Amino acid sequence: MHILAKRQDRQSAASPLRLINVSRRGFMKGTAGLALGLYVAPLLGRGGQALAADANGEFAPNAFLRVTPDGEVVVIAKHLEMGQGTYTGLATLVAEELDADWQSVRVEGAPADTQRYQNLAFGIQGTGGSTSIANSFEQMRRAGATARAMLVAAAAERLEVSPDDLSVREGKVIHPASGRELGFGELAEAAAGQPVPEQVALKSPDRFTLIGKPRLRRRDSHDKTDGSARFTQDVQLDGMLIAAPAHPPRFGSRLASVDDTEALKVPGVVASVRFASPTRDGDLVAVLASNTWAAIRGRDALTLEWDDAQAFTVGSDEIEAAYRERAGTPGDSVTRRGDAAAALDAAAQVIEADYVVPYLAHAAMEPLNCVVDLQDDRCTIHNGEQWQTMDQQQVAQLLGLSPEQVTIHQLYAGGSFGRRANPISDYVLEAAAIAQAARAQGQVAPIKMVWTREDDTRGGHYRPFNLHRARLGLDADGKLTAWHQRLVGQSIMMGTPMEAMMVEGGIDPTSVEGAADLPYAVPALNVELHTPRDIGVPVQWWRSVGHTHTAFSTESLIDEAAVAAGQDPYRYRRELLAEHPRWRGVLDLAAEKAGWSSPLEAGAEGVRRGRGIAVHESFSSYVAQVAEVSVDGDGQLKVDRVVCAVDCGVAVNPDMIRAQMEGGIGFALAAVLHSELTLDGGRVQQDNFDGFQVLRLNEMPEIEVHIVPSAEAPTGVGEPGVPPLAPAVTNAIHAAVGKRIRRLPLGDQLKA
Amino acid sequence: MTTLTINGQPHAVDAPDDMPLLWAIRDLVGFTGTKYGCGRGLCGACTVHLDGEPTRSCITPLAAVGQREITTIEAIADDPTGARVQQAWRELDVVQCGYCQSGQIMAATALLRDNPAPDDAAIDSAMNGNLCRCATYVRIRAAIHAAAQTLGEEVS
Repeated sequence: MHILAKRQDRQSAASPLRLINVSRRGFMKGTAGLALGLYVAPLLGRGGQALAADANGEFAPNAFLRVTPDGEVVVIAKHLEMGQGTYTGLATLVAEELDADWQSVRVEGAPADTQRYQNLAFGIQGTGGSTSIANSFEQMRRAGATARAMLVAAAAERLEVSPDDLSVREGKVIHPASGRELGFGELAEAAAGQPVPEQVALKSPDRFTLIGKPRLRRRDSHDKTDGSARFTQDVQLDGMLIAAPAHPPRFGSRLASVDDTEALKVPGVVASVRFASPTRDGDLVAVLASNTWAAIRGRDALTLEWDDAQAFTVGSDEIEAAYRERAGTPGDSVTRRGDAAAALDAAAQVIEADYVVPYLAHAAMEPLNCVVDLQDDRCTIHNGEQWQTMDQQQVAQLLGLSPEQVTIHQLYAGGSFGRRANPISDYVLEAAAIAQAARAQGQVAPIKMVWTREDDTRGGHYRPFNLHRARLGLDADGKLTAWHQRLVGQSIMMGTPMEAMMVEGGIDPTSVEGAADLPYAVPALNVELHTPRDIGVPVQWWRSVGHTHTAFSTESLIDEAAVAAGQDPYRYRRELLAEHPRWRGVLDLAAEKAGWSSPLEAGAEGVRRGRGIAVHESFSSYVAQVAEVSVDGDGQLKVDRVVCAVDCGVAVNPDMIRAQMEGGIGFALAAVLHSELTLDGGRVQQDNFDGFQVLRLNEMPEIEVHIVPSAEAPTGVGEPGVPPLAPAVTNAIHAAVGKRIRRLPLGDQLKA
Repeated sequence: MTTLTINGQPHAVDAPDDMPLLWAIRDLVGFTGTKYGCGRGLCGACTVHLDGEPTRSCITPLAAVGQREITTIEAIADDPTGARVQQAWRELDVVQCGYCQSGQIMAATALLRDNPAPDDAAIDSAMNGNLCRCATYVRIRAAIHAAAQTLGEEVS
């Protein structure tokens, strides 16, 4: 209880947040008409006045790119590159309209700046909800087209020809009539003197040369294969100290006493610093040292006493029991269509089932960290930032600065999966609070705060534990007549600065997305939600958010219905999706490419094989997957192959889409097979990769990805590959061995 | 003072004998391509070569390094096998977040030096200790096969 209460206090104390009051779904509808020009125009020019070339002779026509005298095109990325490929995607959009030479394109992270670099879906600068390409599609192209027009104007002057007689290809402006050509670099300085055009024409899709190209190489592959890519963990500043904070054993424990005698004896340790935790309860203590190992050793050598009077001391089993009890009572109404109770009474067959999923850590390979360089009147942060201007605002408020006094340098993140966009800026604020306390104590130095793997795993802000209770009714022909689902799970948005924007009528849409809007044509649909507020485990969005659990239950339940009806699970779904062509499109494509209509090849002796299908829409992208599994005589599961079909509108970078589907499948498979956080008396029981297991190479299935050709506006791919995987696999398990898996992870359920 | 030979150059470091090699390489010498992921030898992000042997630097104390030559990702392209592996990684765009990939490339290079034509089982066995949370495993496997093929063609 107290953690939620504290989070609410924080929100009421927060300064007004300039969030656009639109839901992601509302935004996506808005972009269909490409109203983005409204935002773009003021961002790209300055009333027709070109920006002067800087001292280096660079051409910087707008906030999103520069052309150097060497002809290098530097794209400024407003989104975090955390693996999903957005640096490459954003650069593709700019380079397409600029007709740049792809080999000369480099990408830099943008500094935090709401005005210039806001996510047009959010109104703040932030990366999430699989929105990066969707919100940038027109903005980045316009940025490139504007620069192109100015380079052409400069070339026309130089060559004394009409701009209409010039063409642009691979970083050169060409005068075909005379064969003369000028490279972008040669034109940079002159282009900077050209007026910024008010209007620019964008290419029609048939003229795209980079968008949709099958193999456009990632712009970050080189640096990430020779050790030169810079992550937060790699930042080294003059005089920098490493800070390792000590976190409480339970959520809500308060620090009662500190003895740092032994810690200060560790060679390299400089000081211990007590600081008021901005997002936990009371004070915490961090050890500062000249190197990381000393900081961690020093931290571990602290003798700490904790007061658990206000701590959350409940275990997972008790949480589950409480959730089951809640599931037996009506919840808040989310969706009500028809009369589900009456339809269930009249049903020939009723399916009743509880689906349960655990808390999950994001467990990015780079544990959380943040570098803060605090001066009297400014603060400079170096970080892989997923929540740039929210973090900037929160840090400014903590330090008594204005947001403009907080500079954030964007670095690569070594994974994130949502964690580095913390709704209450927990880890960034912790780093700032340590730096502030250290300075007050006379330690005037840049601070790199590091969390160990153990800190990261036990740090909270997990995918919430969820229990979904369902009752489905079928008539005598097996036709689905009623769908009643009651979801029990903590809210991600409540108690955070996002609550006012997202929560309506007590319903957090991220708790029910993917269930509330069930696409299947069932005459009576009733979805209810219980949002427990007495659970002190901080929760957060985790790659695909609510869809992580709703796709598992809904796509398993529709499979249960098909089995109960004695019908083919693919065709059963298909019949119920007549009104949803894009759902059907991916479902059909996945089934066809997987060879659904032909029998699955038999396994070796004693090995039972099965095939399962699932389809789900998330973040306006549609994904269907067919999983093929083998279960041996010992109950050992192997997922052999996954065939994936995706419809994400215009495919900007097909190979990146393929990579995100592959990665999403692997990420989701870890949660099917192994991953789980449990609590015992409020203590998180896992702390490293031995307890919190993720996927290993030998468990990765073969994967085929097929992209639906589309002219629709592009939508995201970072998350949508995740949701259908769990039900595709568990439906395949049912096909193989007849056992319905209703609880994740699988663990030993096939070995019993 | 301990002298470490890293990528062919001697580096004097002032550190206790029990400091893990990882932190000496990263914080004291400044080669930050070798990553911290777990601190317990569970993820492979910290993999370096000691006299060519893939080694988890996060659980290798300085005292255990002795006179052995340390190779990190920063110098892997100087090794003919390492250069091929790196090239295959780039051609197939294996990386996503990239944080684990130094360790993956170090492990893959060691594998291919021992076994120039590994089958899938050999790849599983050599690479299973290197975690990738982005799950780039399909491409890691494909890149190892591709590098093996290039190396095979160079030999023949």
